[in-house]
Amino acid sequence: MEAFINQYGALLLNATWETIYMTVVSTLFSYILGVPLGVALSITKKGGIASSPTFNYVTGWIVNILRSVPFVILMVFIVPFTRLIAGTSIGPNAANIPLIIAATPFVARIVEQSIEEVDYGLIEAAKCMGASNFQIITKVMLVESKPSLIRGLSISSITILSYTAITGIIGAGGLGNIAITYGYQRYIESMRYSTVILLIILVVLIQWLCNIWAFKADKRNRN
Amino acid sequence: MIKIENLSKQFNGKNGTVTALDNINVEMHDGDIFGIIGMSGAGKSTLLRCITLLERPDSGSIYIDGNDILKLNKQELRKARRKMGVVFQHYNLLMQETVAKNVAFPMEIAGMEKNQIKERVNELLTLVKIGDKADFYPAQLSGGQRQRVAIARALATNPEALLCDEPTSALDVLTTKQVLNLLKEINKSLNTTIIIITHEMSAVKAVCNKVAVINDGRFVEMGLTKDVFANPSHDVTKMLLGIGEM
Ligand SMILES: Nc1ncnc2c1ncn2[C@@H]1O[C@H](COP(=O)(O)OP(=O)(O)OP(=O)(O)O)[C@@H](O)[C@H]1O
Ligand SMILES: [Mg+2]
Repeated sequence: MEAFINQYGALLLNATWETIYMTVVSTLFSYILGVPLGVALSITKKGGIASSPTFNYVTGWIVNILRSVPFVILMVFIVPFTRLIAGTSIGPNAANIPLIIAATPFVARIVEQSIEEVDYGLIEAAKCMGASNFQIITKVMLVESKPSLIRGLSISSITILSYTAITGIIGAGGLGNIAITYGYQRYIESMRYSTVILLIILVVLIQWLCNIWAFKADKRNRN
Repeated sequence: MIKIENLSKQFNGKNGTVTALDNINVEMHDGDIFGIIGMSGAGKSTLLRCITLLERPDSGSIYIDGNDILKLNKQELRKARRKMGVVFQHYNLLMQETVAKNVAFPMEIAGMEKNQIKERVNELLTLVKIGDKADFYPAQLSGGQRQRVAIARALATNPEALLCDEPTSALDVLTTKQVLNLLKEINKSLNTTIIIITHEMSAVKAVCNKVAVINDGRFVEMGLTKDVFANPSHDVTKMLLGIGEM
């Protein structure tokens, strides 16, 4: 055990850090893009506060197409674009580009669902008070769906975490990369196990933190 | 004053067209507590939704202080809406915000100053007698207390009229009485016109000086509450009073 830690400890620690880095940055940016997109998808539906069936149809279609491309394919397909933006196609920063592109439509759908759960009576009440659409979005929809958005965040970030492992294939760094180079190519059993265990720990950690956060944030709980 | 002329509204559904409102005419004067009573499906909520323009009527006019609100553009409508406070059967409070924040909501929307809002929130919560609940969340309140918050919120922008759709239907007898008394007090002290939509005769009897009976989208009887109840002429009125038969 001690020998293993001496030999690979630093490597695993660094890879774990890279995985966390990719997950956090990609999640952050996919939410910056995905929240407005998800809100737009929700409010432009028929009967929504900014009903626009054409916009909704076209945007929904683009989101569906992006979501139906398997991540591995998307990642390889956009390498030229990644090079253009990140200046390289390897390393965690380069990996963030396909991660954000793949995660944004996913996040948009998750956000859309949360927004849809908001009681329509509240939106009508806000309308009666003379609220603008922007005020309804920022002061009613996003506020009332907060606990649901946080629960959605755990789903999105765990999905993004699993995507970061795939980016290991093209040398993006992180635990996925270690699992492939040490666990698969060099066939070191201990490395196969340790990468899996570390990923499980990360997933459990995310889930646990989000659960606590969602519970604390939800004022419908009488605490 | 609220004046409604020839208001009609139809819904086109799968099973054909439903006439929810059929040529409604009414005048409600400042200081009135006007009850609108009728059986389920009579068109009560639709009427209120038309007055608040959550639903666009097919024809007719709705004058609030002489202005036809159906002719306003979006911007003007948003301003006009601040002259009406609405109280809903199911309160429709923001569950993720405190009582104080809920009451502050219409004022924030209207762009009032923070200090002013704070002062007014305290004033309103005292008026509806839940001054001690400012930092509570709606989930921590009883139904009656929630409706008080909703009433405080509806009064926040000093509306000329308070529109209440079944404000007490989710409450027990005693709480109903308290909420109705509160509405009466508000009407007395602020001279706010109050419209109460209900299917409970007792609520009308308790607080309304005028009443209209609605049936199948039409006002079948209207007048001073005491006159209508002393001399009910329509079968629906008699039935609602418990003296008629189907
Ligand atoms: N959005 C709608 N689409 C189709 N029909 C509707 C719609 N809203 C109301 N209606 C119909 O209009 C009629 C009047 O409904 P309304 O909700 O105004 O009744 P109500 O008097 O408020 O009844 P309740 O006491 O049960 O609340 C009903 O026949 C109803 O089915
Ligand atoms: Mg109704």
